[in-house]
Amino acid sequence: MPTPLELAGKLREAFGELLAPPVEFRGEVTLAVLDPERIAEVCGVAKKHLGFDMLLDLSSVDNYGSDPRWTVVYELFGTEHHVHLRLKVMVSEEKSELPTVSTVWRTADWHEREAYDMMGIRFSGHPDLRRILMWDGYPYFPLRKDFPLAGKPTELPETAFTRAAPLEGGPFVTVAGGKDSMVREPRARTSEA
Amino acid sequence: MSVPAATPTVTEFGYNSKVEGEVIHTTVDAALNWFRKNSLWPMPMGLACCGIELMAVGASRFDISRFGSEVMRFSPRQSDVMIVAGTVTYKMALAVRRIYEQMTEPKWVIAMGACASTGGMYRSYAVLQGVDNILPVDVYVAGCPPRPEALLDALIKLQGIVAKEATVRNLKKDVAPAKYGSLGVELGDRGEVVHS
Repeated sequence: MPTPLELAGKLREAFGELLAPPVEFRGEVTLAVLDPERIAEVCGVAKKHLGFDMLLDLSSVDNYGSDPRWTVVYELFGTEHHVHLRLKVMVSEEKSELPTVSTVWRTADWHEREAYDMMGIRFSGHPDLRRILMWDGYPYFPLRKDFPLAGKPTELPETAFTRAAPLEGGPFVTVAGGKDSMVREPRARTSEA
Repeated sequence: MSVPAATPTVTEFGYNSKVEGEVIHTTVDAALNWFRKNSLWPMPMGLACCGIELMAVGASRFDISRFGSEVMRFSPRQSDVMIVAGTVTYKMALAVRRIYEQMTEPKWVIAMGACASTGGMYRSYAVLQGVDNILPVDVYVAGCPPRPEALLDALIKLQGIVAKEATVRNLKKDVAPAKYGSLGVELGDRGEVVHS
């Protein structure tokens, strides 16, 4: 049985400087791919030669305020060797585009549509890059950090409309790991406090 | 020797035919409303966990048929009361609205649970903040989700509303615009809600 670090090492042998050294945290290994343009190539090799035949998840992170703004995360898994591996790639806001991996794993089709719908990251070569949760024609990307939780008013006749939700002083946020329920009680908190 | 015939035991329901001579005096309104309120066929608009409670109301333990509403119709053409049970997202809102429009008059709406009534805990970009933004709601049910008894209570309250309607007068006029008008919802040429 190979370990995640061994497989990450093999991937680095194949691509050299394209991959940053693997980072291990609580038994999980993460590899940063330094060039977003070659992510599909790396994923292809990981599937074909290293047995990562399953894409568990594809998600995106908004690092609002820092550059590059987007992190796209790929969770790989092999059903033969039962090893997990995480790939991360940074994408700038100006570009907001990287190659699709739906050519490698077909399951990436809907995952990439969701990342596009919620964050506005485009995937070049995707067979059908439409919104998947919101409706076609919705003008915003609601999971971005600069999008208000309450939403914004929109109007698309015959399809849908939205209005801003009344937050009444919220959002009310709890404190994770607070020692008692007084501390953990959800209250209106600003990001500074 | 003749044996007297056994007198059959007759139980009188509602009125005494010997006294009233098989005639009931009432108004057309009262009669029609009585027919209507005891067979309100629901359109089950189950959208979230409230839908599960709605199913419990229809099942044997709570038994909505005690109140004449056991005929859940999945065709809006055949139903009288839409029970909006669950979170109405903006994506679903116009579908809910369209199904309501397909229901024939007279029709009523029960908003079941916190989400359908106000948006509930979902103060969010994706959720309609109360189905009364698009439909004229007759009865709201509190709870997250409400107990089946609460929905039955709402149904009894709705029966009370139906019993008081001026049915004959309403037959002579176009009921729908008046209902919407009382909500202050603007209507377009085809009766659709215009969102300003």
